[in-house]
Amino acid sequence: MTDASLSPSGISPGAPAARPAESARDALLKKRHRSEKLFRAQGMAAIVVAMIFLVVLVGRIVAQGYSTFETHTLTVPVYLNPERIDVNALEGVNYDYIVAEAMMKKLGVQDDDLGTTSGKIMDLTSRDFGNQLLQMVKKDRSLIGKTVNVTGSVKADADLYYKGEIKRSTAEEDRKLDNQQLDWLDRLKKDGTVQTGFNTKFFTNSDSTEPEQAGVWGAVIGSAMMLFITAMIAIPVGVLAAVYLEEFAPKNRWTDIIEVNINNLAAVPSIVYGLLGLALFINWLHVPRGSPLVGGLVLALMALPTVIIATRSSLKAVPPSIREAALGVGASKAQTVFHHVLPLAMPGVMTGAILSLAHALGETAPLLMIGMVAFVPGAPENFASSATVLPVQVFIWENASERAFHERTAAAIIVLLVFMILMNATAVILRRRFERRW
Amino acid sequence: MPTENRDDTLAAAQHSGAPTLASAIPAGHGHATTSEFKIRARDVNVFYGEKQALFDVSLDVPAKSVTAFIGPSGCGKSTFLRCINRMNDTIPSAKVLGSIEIDGSDVNAKSVDPVVLRSRVGMVFQKPNPFPKTIFENVAYGPKIHGLASRKDELEAIVESSLKKAGLWNEVSDRLHQPGTGLSGGQQQRLVIARAIAVSPEVILMDEPCSALDPIATAKIEELIDELRSQFCIVIVTHSMAQAARVSQKTAFFHLGKLVESGPTEEMFTNPRDTRTQDYITGRFG
Amino acid sequence: MLTWLSLLFLALFSGAAFMAGRSRALKSSGGSKAKLHSLPNYYGLYAALWAGAPAALLLLLGATFGGRVEDAMLQAQRPAAVQALTPDRQDVFFSDVNAVATGQAASEVSYDGPLRAAFDAKVVEAKRIDGIVSYSVLGLAGLLALAGFLLATPRINTEFRARNRVEGWIAGVLIACSIAAVLTTLGIVMSLIYESWRFFESVSPLSFLFGTEWAPQIAMRADQVASSGAFGAVPLFAGTFLVMLIAMLVAAPIGLYSAIYLSEYAGRSMRATIKPLLEILAGVPTVVYGFFAALTVGPLFRAFFNGIGEQMAGGPLDGIAQYLMQVQNQMALVAGVVMGIMLIPFVSSLSDDIINAVPQSLRDGSYAMGATKSETVKKVVLPAALPGIMAAMLLAVSRAVGETMIVTMAAGLQAKLTANPLDTVTTVTVQIVTLLTGDQEFDSPKTLSAFGLGLTLFVVTLGLNIIALRIVQKYREQYD
Repeated sequence: MTDASLSPSGISPGAPAARPAESARDALLKKRHRSEKLFRAQGMAAIVVAMIFLVVLVGRIVAQGYSTFETHTLTVPVYLNPERIDVNALEGVNYDYIVAEAMMKKLGVQDDDLGTTSGKIMDLTSRDFGNQLLQMVKKDRSLIGKTVNVTGSVKADADLYYKGEIKRSTAEEDRKLDNQQLDWLDRLKKDGTVQTGFNTKFFTNSDSTEPEQAGVWGAVIGSAMMLFITAMIAIPVGVLAAVYLEEFAPKNRWTDIIEVNINNLAAVPSIVYGLLGLALFINWLHVPRGSPLVGGLVLALMALPTVIIATRSSLKAVPPSIREAALGVGASKAQTVFHHVLPLAMPGVMTGAILSLAHALGETAPLLMIGMVAFVPGAPENFASSATVLPVQVFIWENASERAFHERTAAAIIVLLVFMILMNATAVILRRRFERRW
Repeated sequence: MPTENRDDTLAAAQHSGAPTLASAIPAGHGHATTSEFKIRARDVNVFYGEKQALFDVSLDVPAKSVTAFIGPSGCGKSTFLRCINRMNDTIPSAKVLGSIEIDGSDVNAKSVDPVVLRSRVGMVFQKPNPFPKTIFENVAYGPKIHGLASRKDELEAIVESSLKKAGLWNEVSDRLHQPGTGLSGGQQQRLVIARAIAVSPEVILMDEPCSALDPIATAKIEELIDELRSQFCIVIVTHSMAQAARVSQKTAFFHLGKLVESGPTEEMFTNPRDTRTQDYITGRFG
Repeated sequence: MLTWLSLLFLALFSGAAFMAGRSRALKSSGGSKAKLHSLPNYYGLYAALWAGAPAALLLLLGATFGGRVEDAMLQAQRPAAVQALTPDRQDVFFSDVNAVATGQAASEVSYDGPLRAAFDAKVVEAKRIDGIVSYSVLGLAGLLALAGFLLATPRINTEFRARNRVEGWIAGVLIACSIAAVLTTLGIVMSLIYESWRFFESVSPLSFLFGTEWAPQIAMRADQVASSGAFGAVPLFAGTFLVMLIAMLVAAPIGLYSAIYLSEYAGRSMRATIKPLLEILAGVPTVVYGFFAALTVGPLFRAFFNGIGEQMAGGPLDGIAQYLMQVQNQMALVAGVVMGIMLIPFVSSLSDDIINAVPQSLRDGSYAMGATKSETVKKVVLPAALPGIMAAMLLAVSRAVGETMIVTMAAGLQAKLTANPLDTVTTVTVQIVTLLTGDQEFDSPKTLSAFGLGLTLFVVTLGLNIIALRIVQKYREQYD
């Protein structure tokens, strides 16, 4: 059976033009099916391209960032030489040199008069060693004159060498470490002085000028504090505004204006909110620059329209019969809304709120306007102190010239994305678990 | 099996001694048959996902006459109608089993191109659905995609004759290039009929074509259906038994996805065999 | 601290008012709830609201604006020694006074002689003023709370419609919240206009909008009068437009085609996988795209074009080859392509909504005529959806114009008037960020020009959004 079996019958054609000849018709049909296939392929190609972009984007970031989670630490016995430590000025002691001495002893090399070797060794060990010694000695002066074991991370460049980012095959003058330093590193690795481990410091430290000491703790806390402010303002105000517009407001010109206004606010570029924050909160109200408070305020204004829109649509989804039922038993308008409609709409409201908070978490541009780009080496103490947040930390590290910061940037992005995925997953679960279909 | 199909004998008797269907259409016959039956369905079962919507429907539809499907809503009459031009293909979960033959060839066969099939089996829907284009473009749509006109004047001739057949020409000839959505409901429905007949189909399926129209527009459409009967095989699904009685020569009654009985309209309404048909016709349910 | 303490105290007072109001209501009805007009709690709430709300509002206003009032009072009289200073130094003087008065670290400026005397006097005055303002706010708040309580409670009796009164308060709060959105817009408009106006006092709007040279750094030093002429924003507009155009060339076809495929062709399971994946792409913060552009796409494109240049070098097109070999990481193409990737899910989900709004009956009509899927899409669905799709594209353009991080990290800083996608360009948003990060002096045209740019950006994107939302609304009404 072929197409031809559904061929013209004796019915007189509905129009003066007769059906085209069989062959012409077949040719046309073939052409039509070809263009159908082509069109379908174009659509498929578009999706494939979009998916490739996604895979490349995520893949590149993971590939660049995962190595941050691995770190190389080094344990060295340090002799706290009383000659070098002035008990009366503990802060002023050059502990880095003491560490270098211990390392030279370990490697069996001698320093020259210019301190070339010790200098080269200091390029391999983190300043963290010196800090640790200082803290130890401050705590317990009896340690002076004894030998203590100190563990700390190797410096970022040495770390990159162990991870294969700096290669011996590169010409010596093109890399930060010379052949002698690489030889030392190889030896330390071989004799087990250098250990590979999980980089917990990246999660417990805050920003630092030294890549191997830099972490995201301060930024995570900053983000959390900022989001807290945003949530405390945007969610109640947004939900109540939506309740008014959807349930109470009369339909007139004013409410129309408010509605148009909210829809347009949702599409205002985020950087404009930054300008608003700068002019209003910082210059006019003197809120401290770069604090979680001012950041939270700006992001709250930004999230407000999205919260309102999400709340309104979930209020709309509650069928009028619920309202009629409540009003029918003599509940007042306010009781109807707050006892029945709003609780039923709550899953949708919370989903919308979490999604807009997740969006706020990733926002960067407006925060640059309000002074969040400063170097902040610690978690903020309160809502008014200087802070940095995750996306801004990404921006700051991306701008840093050291190569070791680039992998940390990617790692900070991974942390940021994990938080965002967690928030989005919460929203999806909320929607799945509690959403009802009317 | 409650399905009781009297067509084989009754219809044959009515149509002046035609041979019974089974022998009339040799399987795979390449040309139009001499049978009076245009469409022959055997053991059609339709599933929407898990849910079965049609159970073993076997029915013959005579050529050049109007066949009405009646029954309470959800009884499967529209589902069966949509099997004839394979509109169920557009619903991803739908599955059609059994055979439906038009002029002896199975519409569900792999080799049948639904695109070609639908150019031969036109369809009119419950709600008028003119495209958001001009009246002219609406009618010209089919001839254009199927390459039925090679020149502009040919196309114009097709549009004119289709609109005339649909009884709409006098009302719209002076505004062919205005949007079709601007017409009244009844006019829109006739425009859609004109659109369907512009590709010279052999069968026209109508899915409750008057349910969205007022009585006057309904009367016009019914008149039109009666005129078109001489050229096309028309199958109409209707809610209104009065309409079925007015326009159709043959009636099939569906209930709960099953074909209860079918036969000449007059007989069905005066002397139904099945008690369910009787109950429905006398208005006890539905 | 004082504010928090007084708010806590106020909350306690308000709670007491609640109990008083409730028990008064019950007493008046002889303990029977049924005789009361409203539930007893509403009477309590009524009393608590009058006792607490006005005073709390006053305290919050005091906390927000008290500092400004104090500053104004403090600076109303400036000793001669202070007046002799430049306006900048006067500001430093007063901020130091405030710092010392509140026990914070002052700047390192040292004050001698008459200035020292004035400084010490002002510190004393600042402390006094602070005391006056804080305590008068506190006192006033206390009076308000007491007055509210004393006025509200006597009205409570069985006939009193406490529920209606409380609901009136609720309605008031709801209205205030919805006005917050309007106030945000007003705030944006006012702050942009105010600061831009200050900018346009030194640079004429015409030379800003039509000038072709952008060099804000020149006007940094006071001895240079070259502030006019250096603020021609046309190169920024051109750069913004170029990046936007490239982004749309990437996002429009890919986004639209994937929307068509997802809504017309894809099966349920494919939609269920692809849509969330596209949402991930949409949820990725822009700073991540910026990082991707700067450290992956930029070097990749550079290597690609340099490679082509090397291949072509010495050939007939040596000029172009030499140019290609010079191409840098930062170029309009990189920013545009990455921004396009960012916009794909945006365009796709908007178009998807629009296409799904086309009634199924139109598709059925077309299929029943024997049209193929692509014919139905191209000749029926897309024409029907055209206005909506145009609106979606306009919204995407508005997003592209306002996007900041990608261009900041990947486009560059040089204001060039060029149409060459391989060139480094700068955009309006990049300049706003560059001008406003770091230390700012709020009276230099350099800083203020950012607000001029911001105003332009706001007006353009608002215009695009209004048009687009209008079209979408009309479109939806058509098929509802």
